[in-house]
Amino acid sequence: MPKIKNLDDLRKIREESKDLTSARSGGKKKIIVGMGTCGIAAGAREVLTAILTELDKRGIKDVAVETTGCIGMCQYEPLVDIIRPGEPRVTYGNMKPEDVSRIIAEHMINGNIVWEKVIGRTD
Amino acid sequence: MLEDLSQYILDIAENSAKAKAKKVLIELAVDNRNKSIVLRVSDDGWGMDEEFLRKVEDPFTTTRKERKVGLGIPFLKQAALACEGFFDIKSKKGEGTVIEAGFRKDHIDCPPLGDVAATIATLIMGWPECRWIFRYSVDGNSFILDLDDLLDHLGDRELLKSPKVVLWIKDYIQENIDLLNQKKGGEDIA
Repeated sequence: MPKIKNLDDLRKIREESKDLTSARSGGKKKIIVGMGTCGIAAGAREVLTAILTELDKRGIKDVAVETTGCIGMCQYEPLVDIIRPGEPRVTYGNMKPEDVSRIIAEHMINGNIVWEKVIGRTD
Repeated sequence: MLEDLSQYILDIAENSAKAKAKKVLIELAVDNRNKSIVLRVSDDGWGMDEEFLRKVEDPFTTTRKERKVGLGIPFLKQAALACEGFFDIKSKKGEGTVIEAGFRKDHIDCPPLGDVAATIATLIMGWPECRWIFRYSVDGNSFILDLDDLLDHLGDRELLKSPKVVLWIKDYIQENIDLLNQKKGGEDIA
């Protein structure tokens, strides 16, 4: 297999997308994925990859993605929190990679909570 | 227990980041002649004192407050010993920690490697301020990814949070892992 990627690609990505940095950690829209032992065992890394793929595919650049440790709700892992400015923080549980596109489209973009996957809400 | 080695690596290396390591070296060495896989995670985090080190392999030891059990290290040890491998942990308060786990790759209970590329990309995204170095070797041939080299090309550390960059890093690592695995005449290495 010929080598496709090399580090110079990163220079190109940097030049092509000057606005990539809008997703700085200070960004207001946020997705947080639980990545403790419990999350990892339940498939959180695959959910995170699905989130990154979906954001990249849709060209969404104003959402910061973060990971966090165990928050004590191990039985509901993988957990994904969606934070939109001025709205309650919503925690989704038992997430699967195939749930990701719907939650990003309906909640992250359009602001409609996907209730059937919600396990908690902080006002 | 976790499903594969890549999940153990993610779990163990997160401990290093949480221990405020500035540099974490993750080495995964596959040796087809000796039929072994050796994982070593070395960090310069805050380390553990002798008392904590003595009990860290016990599941009922954890620093967290959300639950009373810590399963990361016991899981890795159990997985290594289950396939007649070995487990070793060395740590010094204020200096860092080195965890080593060996697996016999021809043992029926040896976990598969799993998605190591996704693990490294996840660690970089989660802790971009830490200098991650990943070395993957197969029978002496190595691929090394040093986050400092990536940053030389990328310029801005904040870009490590961009989905496009994280996915690029994942694919870049995967490509190099595949290349090394293929060098060994297409033999299935894990």
